[in-house]
Amino acid sequence: MKVRYTFFIIALVAMLALAACATPTAAPQPTAAPAQATAAPAGKPFRIAVVMPSAANDLAFSQSMIDALGELQKEMGKDKLEFVYSENMFNVTDAATAIRDYATKGYDLILAHGSQYGASVQDIAPDFPNTAFAWGTAVDTFKEKGVNNVFAYTVASDQGGYVEGVIGAKLSKSKVLGALGPIPAGDGQLTIKGFEAGAQATDPNVKVQTTFTNSFSDVALMSQAAQTQIASGADVLTGTSQSVVGAVSVAKDKGALWFGNQSDQASLAPEIVVASQVYDWTVALKDMMAKINGGTRGGEVFIMTFANKGLVMVYNPAYKLPDDVKALADKTVAGLADGSIQTGIK
Amino acid sequence: MLEQLFAPAVIIGILASGIQLATPYLYASIGEMFSQVSGVLNLGVEGVMLIAAFVAYYVALKTSNLILALALAALAGALMGLLTAFLSVTLKAEQGISGIGIYLFGLGLSDLLFLVLVGTPTAIRGFPELDLPVLSSMPVLGPILFSQNILVYFAFACVPLAWFVLNKTTLGLKVRAVGQTPEAADSLGISVARVRYIAVIVAATMAGIAGASLSIAMFNIFQQNLTSGMGFIAVALVYFGGWRPFRVMLGALLFSMVNALQLWIQTLGIGLPSDIAGMLPYILTIIALIFAARQIVTQPTALTKPFERGE
Repeated sequence: MKVRYTFFIIALVAMLALAACATPTAAPQPTAAPAQATAAPAGKPFRIAVVMPSAANDLAFSQSMIDALGELQKEMGKDKLEFVYSENMFNVTDAATAIRDYATKGYDLILAHGSQYGASVQDIAPDFPNTAFAWGTAVDTFKEKGVNNVFAYTVASDQGGYVEGVIGAKLSKSKVLGALGPIPAGDGQLTIKGFEAGAQATDPNVKVQTTFTNSFSDVALMSQAAQTQIASGADVLTGTSQSVVGAVSVAKDKGALWFGNQSDQASLAPEIVVASQVYDWTVALKDMMAKINGGTRGGEVFIMTFANKGLVMVYNPAYKLPDDVKALADKTVAGLADGSIQTGIK
Repeated sequence: MLEQLFAPAVIIGILASGIQLATPYLYASIGEMFSQVSGVLNLGVEGVMLIAAFVAYYVALKTSNLILALALAALAGALMGLLTAFLSVTLKAEQGISGIGIYLFGLGLSDLLFLVLVGTPTAIRGFPELDLPVLSSMPVLGPILFSQNILVYFAFACVPLAWFVLNKTTLGLKVRAVGQTPEAADSLGISVARVRYIAVIVAATMAGIAGASLSIAMFNIFQQNLTSGMGFIAVALVYFGGWRPFRVMLGALLFSMVNALQLWIQTLGIGLPSDIAGMLPYILTIIALIFAARQIVTQPTALTKPFERGE
């Protein structure tokens, strides 16, 4: 009896530990500029396989990639581009198996869409020298380690965060803004740092409060974090990761404004979503496909920015943004694109 | 920096969010307590919560009728309870293992139904905050206790109710009897299987309400794996509470307050790394489990043991 009980306690603790575990989709900082090229049509369809950590409809990181592939397929035609995907690959071991499977099946490009997959890609890519791999958000192509068929892609999400901060500072009545994130790393942290910088640059009296929940999936905690932010005075919020859906609904209930990230989140709560910075991976994908068709299978980093249109501000048509604020936002996007405005985030 | 934490507004904020966060744990662990006291460990709480959370969300999305949503979520919970009882009581399956099975089933099914029937998450209008007349305008206590949604009030009402049922009614006596000495209960003509079925179904129904309290009162949305471990914490809280309703409530409140506290620590910009702050509630739970392991005396003797009638 006692032995069984002890075993049970251990099992329970292990489960708690699992529940507490975060599954990071983090990104290092961008360092290189993307190559400019367009996709050249090939005779047979270009085949892409995607392995991603969360659901294809997460309104966040994974969905942004699926939307981009769908867009690209519409543009090129189904006979020119085929894609398949494995979703909910939170478990890196499962993801590695899927990556290897796709490689065996001869896909032209395999996207490991999550920075937790780096080690797997580095391990698998050398076994399939004729297949191109790409992973992100990341900037390491493993070229220095002798791997030549891996691309890396990332996004300068500090730029989108900056614009959101500028608008947020203008719209906030309490002059307190809240930023929510899963872990202090990756594109989520870049967004939040950009948000802070943009808000401060617009109005030095604005305070930005930041909360990290340490989980990409804990909707409960993220909602409560939003509630805490609002209770402590914030009336404009932003947040990243697929766990923000509950936070958006809390903001809606309490009448706070929301800025979306990664995907267009206006559908969650059209009344309060001002705008979203949307990752348009088609830019990086087109570049990559052009390289692959030209015989290069890796070794380059693609960074999406306002300048190359890989990063886009999507305004919610249901939210009436004052004309002067919209004009300021447009000016900020243009400034970030031509380099006259710097976010100052490294 | 730290003195900010002791400002009245912050303390009220922590207590109010703590009470709200405790709600789903209360439903789930008070229910689970009944099941365990009768001798059945239901590790599948998390799965039951997920299915019920989806059902509540879906019904609310389609009909906007929150009472119907809550009722159907409770029904979904009860059906999952029936399945659990069938596995644990009738088939005498190893309870730890079958519970994990129920969990995985609930996780998978709720996700599948969500993908097929809803697809993209949309926020719904859930139970509003209900300011109790007069009481909610009380200074300090008003915003903490009397300005919550209706499911919060019910959750706390469940605690004395559970205590009463367990200790003062015949049903409670039977439940305790089959959990302590099923042989004796059986010899007195109590159907061990029937009492356990009732206890397990009550537990799962409450887990269902716990799930609904998330999707139609707290977040007003559904997403894959919405509960993210809450059901397991609820099971741990039953151990922490030593199978006594008021102590279970204490555990739920403690866990939730620490969680609320860590969010406030971050929001106020007190320089504690978010990783440390985020770990606080879990460290606390593990410590609580270690303490619970020391008070084995109160554990229902027949917990996890299927009843075999001696012929």
